[in-house]
Amino acid sequence: MAAEREPPPLGDGKPTDFEELEDGEDLFTSTVSTLESSPSSPEPAGLAEDISTNSNGPKPAEVVLDDDREDLFAEATEEVSLDSPEREPILSSEPSPAVTPVTPTTLIAPRIESKSLSAPVIFDRSREEIEEEANGDVFDIEIGVSDPEKVGDGMNAYMAYRVTTKTSLSMFSKSEFSVKRRFSDFLGLHSKLASKYLHVGYIVPPAPEKSIVGMTKVKVGKEDSSSTEFVEKRRAALERYLQRTVKHPTLLQDPDLRQFLESSELPRAVNTQALSGAGILRMVNKAADAVNKMTIKMNESDAWFEEKQQQFENLDQQLRKLHASVEALVCHRKELSANTAAFAKSAAMLGNSEDHTALSRALSQLAEVEEKIDQLHQEQAFADFYMFSELLSDYIRLIAAVKGVFDHRMKCWQKWEDAQITLLKKRETEAKMMVANKPDKIQQAKNEIREEIEEWEAKVQQGERDFEQISKTIRKEVGRFEKERVKDFKTVIIKYLESLVQTQQQLIKYWEAFLPEAKAIA
Amino acid sequence: MDDAMVAQPSSTAVDLHGDSSLQVEISDAVSERDKVKFTVQTKSCLPHFAQTEFSVVRQHEEFIWLHDAYVENEEYAGLIIPPAPPRPDFEASREKLQKLGEGDSSITREEFAKMKQELEAEYLAIFKKTVAMHEVFLQRLAAHPTLRRDHNFFVFLEYGQDLSVRGKNRKELLGGFLRNIVKSADEALITGMSGLKEVDDFFEHERTFLLEYHTRIRDACLRADRVMHSHKCLADDYIPISAALSSLGTQEVNQLKTSFLKLAELFERLRKLEGRMASDEDLKLSDMLRYYMRDSQAAKDLLYRRLRALADYENANKALDKARTRNREVRTAESHQQLCCQRFERLSDSAKQELMDFKSRRVSSFRKNLIELAELELKHAKASTLLLRNTLVALKGEP
Repeated sequence: MAAEREPPPLGDGKPTDFEELEDGEDLFTSTVSTLESSPSSPEPAGLAEDISTNSNGPKPAEVVLDDDREDLFAEATEEVSLDSPEREPILSSEPSPAVTPVTPTTLIAPRIESKSLSAPVIFDRSREEIEEEANGDVFDIEIGVSDPEKVGDGMNAYMAYRVTTKTSLSMFSKSEFSVKRRFSDFLGLHSKLASKYLHVGYIVPPAPEKSIVGMTKVKVGKEDSSSTEFVEKRRAALERYLQRTVKHPTLLQDPDLRQFLESSELPRAVNTQALSGAGILRMVNKAADAVNKMTIKMNESDAWFEEKQQQFENLDQQLRKLHASVEALVCHRKELSANTAAFAKSAAMLGNSEDHTALSRALSQLAEVEEKIDQLHQEQAFADFYMFSELLSDYIRLIAAVKGVFDHRMKCWQKWEDAQITLLKKRETEAKMMVANKPDKIQQAKNEIREEIEEWEAKVQQGERDFEQISKTIRKEVGRFEKERVKDFKTVIIKYLESLVQTQQQLIKYWEAFLPEAKAIA
Repeated sequence: MDDAMVAQPSSTAVDLHGDSSLQVEISDAVSERDKVKFTVQTKSCLPHFAQTEFSVVRQHEEFIWLHDAYVENEEYAGLIIPPAPPRPDFEASREKLQKLGEGDSSITREEFAKMKQELEAEYLAIFKKTVAMHEVFLQRLAAHPTLRRDHNFFVFLEYGQDLSVRGKNRKELLGGFLRNIVKSADEALITGMSGLKEVDDFFEHERTFLLEYHTRIRDACLRADRVMHSHKCLADDYIPISAALSSLGTQEVNQLKTSFLKLAELFERLRKLEGRMASDEDLKLSDMLRYYMRDSQAAKDLLYRRLRALADYENANKALDKARTRNREVRTAESHQQLCCQRFERLSDSAKQELMDFKSRRVSSFRKNLIELAELELKHAKASTLLLRNTLVALKGEP
């Protein structure tokens, strides 16, 4: 986990999908087109000033430049040159030094093409939205996880999955490519992304959970249906995980992600053996909770955050309840399938015993119908599970990530608050010194305290900036998250209902074929 | 739901040959604490009866008494005695209702109401079934040319007072126990272990057939029950799902609100359809299989009786031979042998007829029920499809 704050890399060219779903607050008007014109844009210094006047509230539409730029420059400790070459990808999960910016244009070029560009100054919200709609799914990147393959033997064995990427984005060297990855690679990716982005307020999709039991069975070589099911469940989960991750505009720009998708060799992620991404997340959450319990309740100056937290809390509860019920459904449907299969067999036996020819034939037909129906039930159970149940469990874990991000904001506030308190104390000390009457020794002490005060003043400023930044980011992220969620749910619900329709139609087919057989009994 | 307490005449097993000189039905039934009171109504123009239309109230034990009376009657040895109706058993249903009442605080009021409704419907269904089973028993008796003339039957139908057979409960249990002992001896006979030679091809075939058939239909019946049970569980699962979707819908953001609420409604309707499918499968498949399981047992019992008669006949032959060699009591042995022979032949003739009737009854009943089953499955599948399609249209139409 990064020990120090790191801003996310520049130029993620996030489309302007900042959209408040409920209140009409408009924090900033940010556009990608602004970035395009960046080479001729104002100097960072000016931005830095702009930022310091930001409050933790709605921002009037005078902010010209995109908040991503603000992100970068807020922390810039060196001169930013917009023409600097692409920086080196961050390869380790250790905190890296101050980020060198990446030329925005190359990264976002493809997206720019599709948008109308003009010297952008102030964009109102509706324009933003229109552009956004036009963008739609401009991400144009498809990920597939397939072909699970067992590598090795015994307890050292593992499953390798093929990760295929199809994309037209120019940041990738090819338009279609695939690599082999194992589960710990995915966990490694998540842990890197989490360490870079979680604490600044980005909702990083959680990786699938580890399962010791499941994997052991696979390693040991049990070829039964439960281990095949386990592998399939995992494969699907990994696919969904990657698809969600690449949908995130900031994360898509991350070099670690790119390396994960592209490079044929990946350094082994060693620190995932003990802890999975989800495990780390859990730890973070627990630590954050513990901290929060100890600290004073944050003075929430923005009701939006409180509302949102409550909403997510409620949503979490509701989804858990629904998820439990759907799991019961899956279980019973599997039972129904098994019982139908058993009945089919006994109906066939009965048909064999029956000495009236026509009835015997009809009973055999019944047995066949029931066998087909058993298959149907099985398929429907899969649909129940992979579409409905897994969607819910994914979102339960995603919401945990969201809650984590809110917790980080609180921690951030706490840091700022602490800095303010310390500054106050230092000032008091200085004031006391001023009134005391000890000329000679005091000068040195005065200088020291002066230095400290300056240091803490900077920290307070930094704290405030950080807090505002994370608040801003979270608002955007939540907006994006909710939008994704709505889309996700709608898509899956429709798909699921279509699967139910399919099942019913098949049933109609089977019974329609059977009816004449029953009528033929003379 | 109409006529809560009046059972519809069961179409399971009765083939009434259009003879209306004796019509029996259960016109009413009342479920009290631990017993059910059936109102048996008779319409008849037969001279035996004092009136043309009359009814009496009977309880389950009195049906059993009637059944046993037939079984014990030598005159009917060559006939398939319609199987006795099963004891009304509301235990499981009552327990479930009680458990629900004891309350699980995690469920909402709507969920509770729905579950209660489900259980009450289940209770009602069991009740209807038991009425139907008792009715079918009587109707088969009324339709059978020989059985309908039985004196005990008239008493059962007409005698206004209670038949005082309730004490028979214990005897019924004991009787059952004794019957089982006798039955294993019969099993030995029928499975040919006793070395008895079957002379008639028809009966040889029937014996093999019935043995296997009975086992397999019993198996099929059990498994059909399990399918029905799973189906019911599935339908019940929709209750909490619908409730959870509903509460999600009320709390959700606008874009998802309607989706969830529509989905909640959909699952509620699907639940009813699935429930109906489960109960149709129960009636048309499970119950039919169960009835023929019992009926095939009754047919087996007939075969036992015939084989016992055959055994008696063979023993009488042996005794006659012995008597002739010893030249003692020949005439007694001769007349005894004659009796056994006649009895055996009488039984064989009527058994043949009965078994053929059994086959045609079985075939027509299966035919009817399988057709109805397929038609109902189609009906429900089409209704589900329509429902799902409508919901899809509504959801896709959403912005």
